[in-house]
Amino acid sequence: MDTHETPVITAKGLELWYGSAQALRNVDIDIPERKVTALIGPSGCGKSTFLKTLDRMNDLVPGVTIKGSVRYRGQEIYSPEVDVTWLRKQIGMVFQKPNPFPMSIYDNIAYGPRTHGIRNKAKLDEIVEKSLRGAAIWDEVKDRLRKSALSLSGGQQQRVCIARALAVEPDVLLMDEATSALDPISTSKIEELIEDLKNSYTIVIVTHNMQQATRISDKCAFFLLGELIEYGDTDQMFSVPRDRRTEDYITGRFG
Amino acid sequence: MSSQSSPAQAARPGVKKKGFRERLELLMNAIFFLCGAVAVAFVLFISIYLIVSGLPAIREIGLIDFLFGERWASTAKDPAFGILPFILTSVYGTAGAIVVGVPVGFMTAMFLSKISGKKTAGVIRTAVDLLAGIPSVVYGLIGMTVLVPAVRVAFDLASGACLLAAIVVLAVMILPSIISVSETALNAVPKEYEEASLALGATEIETYFRVSAPAASSGIAAAVVLGIGRAIGEAMAIMMVAGNVANMPSLFASVRFLTTAIASEMSYSSGLQRQALFSIALVLFLFIMIINVALNVLLKKSRKEG
Amino acid sequence: MRPEKKSAGRVAYDRVLRALLYFCALLTCALLVLLIGYIFYRGLPNVTWQLLSTQESFRNDTIGILPNILSTLLLIFGTLLLVLPLGVGAAIYLTEYARNKRVVEVIEFATETLTGIPSILYGLVGMLFFCLALGWGSSIRAGILTLVIMTLPTIVRTTQESLKTVPQSYREASLGLGSGKWHMVRTVVLPCSVDGIVTGCILSIGRIVGESAALLYTAGSAGILSRNLLQALESSGGSLTVALYMYSMERGEIEVGFAIASILMILTLLINLSAKFLGAKLKKN
Repeated sequence: MDTHETPVITAKGLELWYGSAQALRNVDIDIPERKVTALIGPSGCGKSTFLKTLDRMNDLVPGVTIKGSVRYRGQEIYSPEVDVTWLRKQIGMVFQKPNPFPMSIYDNIAYGPRTHGIRNKAKLDEIVEKSLRGAAIWDEVKDRLRKSALSLSGGQQQRVCIARALAVEPDVLLMDEATSALDPISTSKIEELIEDLKNSYTIVIVTHNMQQATRISDKCAFFLLGELIEYGDTDQMFSVPRDRRTEDYITGRFG
Repeated sequence: MSSQSSPAQAARPGVKKKGFRERLELLMNAIFFLCGAVAVAFVLFISIYLIVSGLPAIREIGLIDFLFGERWASTAKDPAFGILPFILTSVYGTAGAIVVGVPVGFMTAMFLSKISGKKTAGVIRTAVDLLAGIPSVVYGLIGMTVLVPAVRVAFDLASGACLLAAIVVLAVMILPSIISVSETALNAVPKEYEEASLALGATEIETYFRVSAPAASSGIAAAVVLGIGRAIGEAMAIMMVAGNVANMPSLFASVRFLTTAIASEMSYSSGLQRQALFSIALVLFLFIMIINVALNVLLKKSRKEG
Repeated sequence: MRPEKKSAGRVAYDRVLRALLYFCALLTCALLVLLIGYIFYRGLPNVTWQLLSTQESFRNDTIGILPNILSTLLLIFGTLLLVLPLGVGAAIYLTEYARNKRVVEVIEFATETLTGIPSILYGLVGMLFFCLALGWGSSIRAGILTLVIMTLPTIVRTTQESLKTVPQSYREASLGLGSGKWHMVRTVVLPCSVDGIVTGCILSIGRIVGESAALLYTAGSAGILSRNLLQALESSGGSLTVALYMYSMERGEIEVGFAIASILMILTLLINLSAKFLGAKLKKN
């Protein structure tokens, strides 16, 4: 399937348990480069859990067990030689609720580069501007970079969070329902932004919103009860779903 | 009341009872209000008492001579009542205790809040509570019998009872308050901040020190201010280790704090000397009130953030 | 793609800080263990029946701290007897009766201020007012009244906290049945918050047992048995802490000091454990 695209991330036989409850069952998936891949499915279906396995944010959950393989550009990410900080620098994440640090806008964006060892002021200024432009919020905040990021509106905060993720120059961006806490106008701004970003980044989003998935994603993966039911081109999945359960879900019969 | 035929009559006792109940309610309301008012009365009483008894000596000695005089010789033929040595000793002693105690307390709080498992944290918290419960004279006794001789030997002094010994004792004594207030502040840091930092490729330790600690800064500041209040108000423990001579402060000099200046002469003082002690108490009280206000402001701010 | 490792600087930062965290936590615990160990090591051998059961006798050249134990007990009971109704009443006013927010703020500010005042100042004001102005001299009753002012905030705060945990629905249910506010407080709210009030008492006892500066100049430092309660209240009596101070500082009887310190430590342990036990029980409800 889709052999002409180079997969950036490949999961094979991925299984995950929280304690004794299984949250992912035998997931196989190839995530293509510079495309938007949407993960959809009802609440608790495992889509967010799967997203978090990709940058190992599940490591933080106590009692979690992971089996199977996840490769990022050929590198097995759960192998002991992988430094999780390197992985998370390559694979950025934007969360459901905007979570800027209680610091200035500038310090928020500079946090990642500083962590990874950039101290040069001119270089940091450059990165901050580039990232904020990349997240389409530079014009709105350029005059108040020293103000607290918490003074911004929810939509602006979320774009600052995206800029913050871009500042460490990631390869892949994971977005966990990044617009679900926002108003429609902010949502459409972020959707436009995602359209832009996919020219330079591989993007994986989790969304509850079917319209959003059809609007912005190239590929779509439908999860149900921890299983990957169907995976393919978004257009095709929403017009001629292969599986009954997918059809039931996208036509709103459950979930 | 045998007949219930007339509703007006039947209602009567009810009305009467209500009247009694209303009066009881008013009475209880008044009693409870008085209980609450007593706390305010106590504060006013203490403030007024300290001001009224503290002012005469200041007026007699002169505010500048009193606050900035470097010589305290209350029982000399030509007495001098300058309390600068006490003020500076209290300030230096407190600062020293903060410099030693805050890093240890903050680090312990960080360990409790972020690193340790539930069980270990429970054990350490019990230890911290116990440290807080140890009476100050017990700290003083240990300081006097262990620390003071150790300081004397280590620095080759004539006597180990000095500012340094007092600083160490104070640092240990303020540790519990610093730990518990900082831990509360660190626990209140939203998990989202830490997740965001980790997702950017920061390590856990980097996250705790560069995101969690700044996010909890008002609470940690409150912990420091609380520590200052505790240290500046402590009397008995440092009475037993600081030597109690009215010197200008230096690390190895025998010194007197504001608190110990009051305590050490109270039992035999009279006249202007005694009134000057009240004035010292007034100065200490002003320090404490400023610290209290700062503490309240910081705690409110930190609760808002958390 | 080959994964990169963190820079040496970052690894060092991580390791050093992590080590410091463990070190400081360990230091805090070690301090406690060493303190308790040393006190018991030097003090327990000197805790004899004679010490506990007699008063000092110059004729026999013996030291006994029975009067100090009794003074401490008297201070505890006397203080609680007075501060409990006062503190619980104030807490009830704050949580159940007060309608004016400003009044609540003023009272809460006052109790917070009382918490912050150092005990030496309580001792001074207590001495000035009770011992001198009222002419009581150094006496247990002056000590008790000074302690009442000191412990009031503790009782108010713990009672307030437990009153706040009583579900609003209980109050509504009681008021809905037609009972008055006082009846509601007495029959519904107070019984639910007994645990919190008891915790407040234990914390206050801890404060009283450990207090010295406020007592030295109010209750005095005498160690003589009184014939009856009234006489005891009117005469000077040093608490255990004051006795510790007197024996070790003024008299150079360090071993007696350590013996008293071990007794104080045992009391502190008991008080802390019971507070902890009650706190856990409180949380469960």
